[in-house]
Amino acid sequence: MGKYLLRRLAINVILVAVAASLAYMLAATTMSPRAAYQGRQPPIAESVIDATLDAYNLNDKTPVLQRYGTWAKGVLTGDFGRTWNGGSVNQEMGRRIFVSLRLLLIGTILGFVVGVALGAVSAVKQYKLSDRLIGVSSFVIMALPVFLLATLLAMATYSLNDGLGFTLIEYTGEYNPKLSGFDQFLNRLNHLILPTISLSLGSIAFYSRIQRNMMLDVLGQDFVRTAMAKGLRRRTALTKHALRTALIPSATYFAFAFGTMFTGAIFTEKIFAWHGMGAWLVDSINANDVNSVAAVTLFTAICVLFAAFLSDLLVAALDPRVRVS
Amino acid sequence: MRSKVVLRRLFRNKQARYGISALVLLILLAYVGPFIGPYDWTDKDFLAFMSAPGSDHWWGTGAIGQDMYAVTLRGMQKSIVIGLLVALIATGLAAIVGSFAGYFGGWVDKVLMWGVDLLLVLPSFLIIAIISPRLKGGSWLWFVVLLAAFSWMITSRVVRSMTLSLREREYVLAAAYMGIPRWKIIFRHIVPNLSSLLIIDATLNVSLAIIGEAALSFFGFGVQPPDVSLGTLIAEGSRNATGYPWLFVFPAGLLVLLVLSINLIGDGLRDALDPGSNS
Amino acid sequence: MSILEVRDLTVTFPGGIEAVRGVSYDVDRGEVLGIVGESGSGKSVTSLAVMGLLPPGAVVSGSAKLHGRELLGMDEDEQIKVRGKSISMIFQDPLSAFTPVYSIGDQIAEAVRVHQKMGKDKAAKRAVELLDLVGIPNPDLRAKSFPHEFSGGMRQRAMIAMAIANDPDLLICDEPTTALDVTIQAQVLEVLMTAQRETGAGIVMITHDLGVIAGMADRVLVMYAGRPVEQGPVDDIYYRPRMPYTMGLLASIPRVDGEEGPLVPIEGSPPSPAALPPGCPFAPRCPMKVDMCDDEEPPLTAFGAGRHVACIRSHEIEHKGLTGADVFPVPVIPPSDVVRVPRAERATVLELDDMIRHYPLMKGAVFKRRVGTVFAVDGISFDIAEGETLALVGESGCGKTTTLQQIMQLQPPQGGRVVVLGKDSAKLDKSERKGLRGDLQIVFQDPMAALDPRMPVGDIIAEPLRAHGRKDASARVAELLELVGLAPEHAERYPNQFSGGQRQRIGIARALALEPKLLVLDEPVSALDVSIQAGVINLLEELKNRLGLSYLFVAHDLAVVRHLADRVAVMYLGRIAEIGTVENVYDHPAHPYTQALLSAIPLPDPERERTRKRILLEGDLPSPADPPSGCRFRTRCPKFAVLSEAERRRCVDEEPSVARLANVVDHGAACHYAEEVEVITASDNQEEE
Repeated sequence: MGKYLLRRLAINVILVAVAASLAYMLAATTMSPRAAYQGRQPPIAESVIDATLDAYNLNDKTPVLQRYGTWAKGVLTGDFGRTWNGGSVNQEMGRRIFVSLRLLLIGTILGFVVGVALGAVSAVKQYKLSDRLIGVSSFVIMALPVFLLATLLAMATYSLNDGLGFTLIEYTGEYNPKLSGFDQFLNRLNHLILPTISLSLGSIAFYSRIQRNMMLDVLGQDFVRTAMAKGLRRRTALTKHALRTALIPSATYFAFAFGTMFTGAIFTEKIFAWHGMGAWLVDSINANDVNSVAAVTLFTAICVLFAAFLSDLLVAALDPRVRVS
Repeated sequence: MRSKVVLRRLFRNKQARYGISALVLLILLAYVGPFIGPYDWTDKDFLAFMSAPGSDHWWGTGAIGQDMYAVTLRGMQKSIVIGLLVALIATGLAAIVGSFAGYFGGWVDKVLMWGVDLLLVLPSFLIIAIISPRLKGGSWLWFVVLLAAFSWMITSRVVRSMTLSLREREYVLAAAYMGIPRWKIIFRHIVPNLSSLLIIDATLNVSLAIIGEAALSFFGFGVQPPDVSLGTLIAEGSRNATGYPWLFVFPAGLLVLLVLSINLIGDGLRDALDPGSNS
Repeated sequence: MSILEVRDLTVTFPGGIEAVRGVSYDVDRGEVLGIVGESGSGKSVTSLAVMGLLPPGAVVSGSAKLHGRELLGMDEDEQIKVRGKSISMIFQDPLSAFTPVYSIGDQIAEAVRVHQKMGKDKAAKRAVELLDLVGIPNPDLRAKSFPHEFSGGMRQRAMIAMAIANDPDLLICDEPTTALDVTIQAQVLEVLMTAQRETGAGIVMITHDLGVIAGMADRVLVMYAGRPVEQGPVDDIYYRPRMPYTMGLLASIPRVDGEEGPLVPIEGSPPSPAALPPGCPFAPRCPMKVDMCDDEEPPLTAFGAGRHVACIRSHEIEHKGLTGADVFPVPVIPPSDVVRVPRAERATVLELDDMIRHYPLMKGAVFKRRVGTVFAVDGISFDIAEGETLALVGESGCGKTTTLQQIMQLQPPQGGRVVVLGKDSAKLDKSERKGLRGDLQIVFQDPMAALDPRMPVGDIIAEPLRAHGRKDASARVAELLELVGLAPEHAERYPNQFSGGQRQRIGIARALALEPKLLVLDEPVSALDVSIQAGVINLLEELKNRLGLSYLFVAHDLAVVRHLADRVAVMYLGRIAEIGTVENVYDHPAHPYTQALLSAIPLPDPERERTRKRILLEGDLPSPADPPSGCRFRTRCPKFAVLSEAERRRCVDEEPSVARLANVVDHGAACHYAEEVEVITASDNQEEE
């Protein structure tokens, strides 16, 4: 088993490397950092631009494979290169990475746990009021893309705060730098509320649908009937036997859902003015900042494959049939 | 006769009935609506900038005096077309890749699935966003191709695993023992028997593509001016959403209704096509 | 006093489908009641209703009293005290009946703890005891295993252990051995009887297999279309049936001790519960039907001591002493011309010479690596002469399906030779191979899966014709449909509009489309109900004689084989154990495995079942990836067990090959100590003749 997981991990590392390399080359060929220097007033000499771009490893006159080589060598030694205007990508990333991870981690866990729980309730109470309520809300939420949800939440909070006359819920930024100590901690929590809701609501709806369907599939199976034939109550049979078995497919979806979660984070960060990795991606694409884009891509690839690996672990922990092989 | 049964079951489903009626109304609005409105989507009313909805401009006007009713419906047309095209291409691609990988097995399977795994490493939003600077000034059809090219992978995996079990079905074996070529078996016996899955998937892909388009356009990575789509309109409207809500509410509301109605139909189709499952 | 009294039980499913329409029975302490019926007769639904385990939406009426307490309409608090405590149930498919994520021991311990106040450790210990009781080796270790790590037979034993955990008064067994091989079935039935002795429980045994019930049941209830049609002591039902359906059912079963010749089919198929005919539901299929039968459904009325019959002509049957063979027309099958030529002078249509098929045993999900070899088929030889049926029999995992696939693929085998109609499969080019496919066709087991559900029947039958470029497809389709006893109009319908037997006929029509010379039959009747089986078997026999076909008939049911085959090859773990003419192998089996196999088959004959001695095999089939050295059967061989140490050496060291037995022309066995033993005596009527 351990060997299997190790091999799985090795494959994931290869996949990260290939995906990040392809993404770098894609970014290096589609974006032109040169544009930021051309057409300036006063105009900058061609040779000066070339020299600057060369220094940052951004010159489109250098063959892309050569630029890739320089970049890859840097990445291997832990140096992600320079931004379009010469800043350190490493420093920028250091500032942003935990901002994003905090958001993603809380959103993922909340989405999975609450979603699975709601799905289970929904399945046990099939066709009852609570099932219908959960069903209708998840349908509506799944029709609401993150950017709409976040914008609507921001608008609603703005009006609420306006009406109250003071800021009950923060709707912009990550924290208030003026506060310190415990106040700052509370302030950070307050700032987390809206982004977390808008990020996790979608996956709550997603997992609740999946878990409900999986459980209903399992409900008709013989082993639930066996459990009841033993003398277990319907509810016990459902939670102990059906829910436990139906968790397995939900756990496999975990791998796929993380990519969506990251995409969602791009919007929440932008809309609530958090300076995370997602917001950085949008800004650096607009700024033709190849190395920053490559860094975000690498970060995403690692996160996605780590989630896939976690999902493998989770499935192995839940399913003895996988474990033994 | 099977399709009749499915349709009857679909119409018996309350959710699906709501979905279908809503979708029909929305499509009518998108394609017939513009003929009823007083303005063309290219018209600009220089006497009314950012004016609130009224009897003249039903859904108000924008920053340069566009009639929001005409513009929004024009955007909705584009969103619907993009959704349909993307879903068609993506589902077709998924069906072909998945069934070939599953039926042929061996190195064909390995190569195709490695490709799928690789494409799944990065969220499609990210890749399309990176490519998008190239699309500036290009036709929106390129955007369709791009969206489709990055939204078939998960389905193809499902198709593959279903093909693996279909491959062992006796009628597929029978065809092989008759001497029918393999590609013909795939198109005659495998893909038709996956049609329930493919129909459901194509339906849900329409709504995913519409959302995907809007999401990319929200940051300017999608449909480029002068073309408009629901995504570009929402992006513009959200900037002034608190002051001029009509710029935001109409495209956003239509987007949600469109996606909701398609999802309801998709869910109803699942029940109708696959009566065994409870999904 | 009865443990369970069921009166006028009816079950209606949503949509007004009456699955059970008035069932009454009693079960006494220590008694076995057999409930027999074909699929859809309502036999399983009846017992689920008693357990209160029907899906919500099913409406149950009538009464079911356990020790005088009404079970129907009990609330859940009461129900859970009865279920698993006073009444336990054993289900058909033991794989899906266990929760895949908990260990077997935990699931049994759970059953114990539900009803007995007991600590976790004590319950776990009790689970191990129970596993030991049902004959699971190393029970303390196996208790920690998960359901998927158990073999089918082991799982069913564990299921029995769970069912008797709380000393129930009543055990309901729903087709407990249907999914198992015959030798495993014999083991499990033995365990079940042990369990009954231990607990003294009454048993309700639900099955479609009249053989299984004959040896076990004290009384039998025969169900048809949701109602009991005959009920009584087991001997009365088997020897003196008084309802034409029971008579037909008994006459239609192929018997391992029976004679060759056509079986007696019951025409038509059981009515759908949604569209019952007026009057007696069996009337449309009954050869004794009179006009009165359509007037009203005959009630189940008392008929002599302890029996009930639902037929208006039952007294007439009694007076005239009619049997199934008298009532149901016995079809006449024209004899074959080819068989008149001696076998040695006939052409050979298929020859397998030391054929080998091994699979790599792979491990790992991404980078697969080979960790061993599955010796699926490990050197088998046989040949089939023109106009002959060779049956390949064996239990699951013996390699018969692999053999069949290797033949059908027409690819070079890994070792040995496959020669079809004189052509070596290793030397075929592409066009020869395609040409040969027209001469070699297959009929599959599952009539549901063998036909593409999205194609009309006409296209299905025409597919091979079109693939081989025949122009007159539609005329030929009509001809073929008539040949297999269907109407040409059926060409426009879809497979799901046909019954199982009809679908199998469509499969046969497709196989015959290209006028093959050799037909491979892969368990062609094992998925069909008994009353329908007979018709398909007769059709196959008739087609063979009329068209001069040869059959390779792969089956696990030795009784069917006896009726259809001329020669039989018994396989065990990828090798042939015994081969020869049906008479030789069945009447004088020489290999201990064949003997055990034949003795494990239950006979639909209560008296002989009760007195018969079974040769029970130990344990499960070894893994084909790791077969025992020397003789592969030695680990389970009853003969090996009684050999001297010196004699055993030979079994361990030397792999026996098929050797011709002295003084017989066509009979060989792969056993160092082959010895003919008679395990089934000829049936009574044969003796009389």
